[in-house]
Amino acid sequence: MITTIDAAPQGQSMHFSALGEQLRTLAGQSVKIEHCLGQRYIAAGIKDIRVEIEGIPGNALGAYLGAGSSITVRGNAQDATGDTMSGGTITIHGSTGDAAGYGMRGGVILVEGNAGYRAGIHMKEYGETCPKLVIGGRAGDFLGEYQAGGIIVVLGLGNQAGAAPLGRFCGTGQHGGRMFIRGEVLPPELPAQVAVRKADAADRTLLQPLLAQFSAAFGADLAALESSPYFLLTPNSSNPYTDLYAIY
Amino acid sequence: MDLYVHPEFEIVRSEKKCIACRACERQCANCAHGYDAASGSMESYDEKCVNCHRCVTLCPTKALKIVQTQHTFRPNANWSNDTIRELYLQANTGGVLLSSMGNPRPLPNYFDRILLNASQVTNPSIDPLREPMETRTYLGKKAIPLVRDANGRLTENLPPQITLTMPLMFSAMSYGSISYNAHASLARAATALGICYNTGEGGLHRDFYKYGPNTIVQVASGRFGIHGDYLMAGAAVEIKMGQGAKPGIGGHLPGKKNIGEVARTRMTPDGSDAISPAPHHDIYSIEDLRQLVYSLKEATGNTKPIIVKIAAVHNVAAIASGVARSGADIIAIDGFRGGTGAAPTRIRDNVGIPIELALASVDARLREEGIRDDISLVVGGSIRSSTDWIKAIALGADACYIATGALLALGCHLCRSCHIGLCNWGIATQRPDLVKRLNPEVGTEHLVNLVKAWQHELKEVMGGMGINSVEALRGNRLMLRGVGMTQEELDVLGIKHAGV
Ligand code: SF4
Ligand code: SF4
Repeated sequence: MITTIDAAPQGQSMHFSALGEQLRTLAGQSVKIEHCLGQRYIAAGIKDIRVEIEGIPGNALGAYLGAGSSITVRGNAQDATGDTMSGGTITIHGSTGDAAGYGMRGGVILVEGNAGYRAGIHMKEYGETCPKLVIGGRAGDFLGEYQAGGIIVVLGLGNQAGAAPLGRFCGTGQHGGRMFIRGEVLPPELPAQVAVRKADAADRTLLQPLLAQFSAAFGADLAALESSPYFLLTPNSSNPYTDLYAIY
Repeated sequence: MDLYVHPEFEIVRSEKKCIACRACERQCANCAHGYDAASGSMESYDEKCVNCHRCVTLCPTKALKIVQTQHTFRPNANWSNDTIRELYLQANTGGVLLSSMGNPRPLPNYFDRILLNASQVTNPSIDPLREPMETRTYLGKKAIPLVRDANGRLTENLPPQITLTMPLMFSAMSYGSISYNAHASLARAATALGICYNTGEGGLHRDFYKYGPNTIVQVASGRFGIHGDYLMAGAAVEIKMGQGAKPGIGGHLPGKKNIGEVARTRMTPDGSDAISPAPHHDIYSIEDLRQLVYSLKEATGNTKPIIVKIAAVHNVAAIASGVARSGADIIAIDGFRGGTGAAPTRIRDNVGIPIELALASVDARLREEGIRDDISLVVGGSIRSSTDWIKAIALGADACYIATGALLALGCHLCRSCHIGLCNWGIATQRPDLVKRLNPEVGTEHLVNLVKAWQHELKEVMGGMGINSVEALRGNRLMLRGVGMTQEELDVLGIKHAGV
């Protein structure tokens, strides 16, 4: 059974805390939110809930999201999507704002369109838990800043030919994880912490399941994605600041 | 060739008393003692000694003492030995000076210049041994509209509170910066005392979830070890925006300490640096802070008070006013003498302001703006004794945080070498053989003793003032007088000079 919540009854936007309260009682179930009008923190911290959103969710959608949850947005999302999420899936049939996947440590975020600044910043992984962020279009500046784990993929679909599908300062302070960037063009300068090479067949075994998931979600041409070239960005060192200090 | 830096300490061994049992050699993780088999006698390596007193304490014949070296540069009031030594070190390495524990510089301490009042003749004092004395404290928002139901009864709408048996908590120290056994001691002591300890930013080890009601879980910019269960585990969630020992600077646990259980608890790759930069990269304004505060309230179903911790900096009153408007339930302010597991020396010693002044100005500002009851005020950095604590409460604090004092109770000898990771007392280390030296049962007992003693001293001082509830002490500046202060200092503190 799917519970439907009208987030703007009589044309009046429901307060986020009232919406949150309802959603918390619906853990373990499927929910459809209609007329979403920028309510923040939707499904924050909830485990095992399935939410479909029509309209525009506000900041911090699915923050601290737990295992077994899924959120599907039929529209764009705003800032801090999936902030510190630890499991579940967020699928956005549109673009997302800044700081998507900040500090995420598990689960998957699939963005059909673009992501703003600082996507995937501070992503972490431990053992089996490995967060994944796939951006169909372009990513803004500071992609994967301080990345300490997880996988970020930027596909650059619909990106202007010959232009890098991401902004400046990608991977500043990166000390773990990997970023796959589709295409032949990277920004002219990457920070010293970042090592770049062409993804080889072994690397692609990590990438392939994410491409499949992306194409299943948004109907993208899987064969075309699979046959494209990718750069792989990894950190030069997992201890980038060891030499900074004089210890006494 | 490197510039020569003469050792700061000398190990003095009485040849007469030493029986060459080699205990000091085994005890010293810094390897400052050795044994010469040929002569059958002990050797000392002064350059390795950090003056932590482990060997001195455990030497069976009390043959050892550590003294500050008398070797000196030509005395110079401007260029002290330390300054020259540090400069040489930087010239040798090109590194940022790193050190630990609180600011050791002889800057003015206002607690020491504040004196407490007591009743004489009128308003008689109260004997805490005979009379009940209330020290119970609730932290959280108090300013709420009174709402009555149809029958005129008050509706229960008080936002979530932290309940403490006394206005004291152990402040944030992460697992990683301190050991498993140190955390175990803090958690058990907090539970036994009915107060709270604080996880710091390193996550919560799975063994310690059972102490949840007496735990504050922290969220910092690196977001280590955070997930839904973690947020729900404690009595409150603290957002770390700043730390008194290093305002404007983030945390950095070196990869060699971020291993095994520490990495697992932080949920980061084993052996990688655990970096939490100074800013949260999603917070650039009070509105952004508000977003993090409310995302945590939502994620915890509005069941946990949210604390925002900031460092005491120049504009602390204005910042605190903003924090009070961010929706936070509690603001924690950390003074410039607060401890740290590692901080750039120059930052630790030069950035920030004394907590006494910060506290007084924040309390005054929030009262002026009529928002004091919207938020509770917790201060730390550094509260060294029950009287620092009592003075802080009379200056307006709802509760105090202690950390360095708590570590001292666990056996810390304030050698300020935590950043090296070889704490001989099993506190600021992850080396299993060293961690074992701290017995959590003994640690718990010492912490409980310390805090119980302070609580009793609090009651005695309150009794002397003729006050029987800590509520009546809070912000009661009439109980304070300053000595040897300028009018400006007195004005900031909001107290009168002694004799007036
Ligand atoms: S512990 Fe004391 S008696 Fe034993 S070797 Fe060291 S200095 Fe000598
Ligand atoms: S915790 Fe250990 S290393 Fe740090 S100051 Fe205390 S005794 Fe020294």
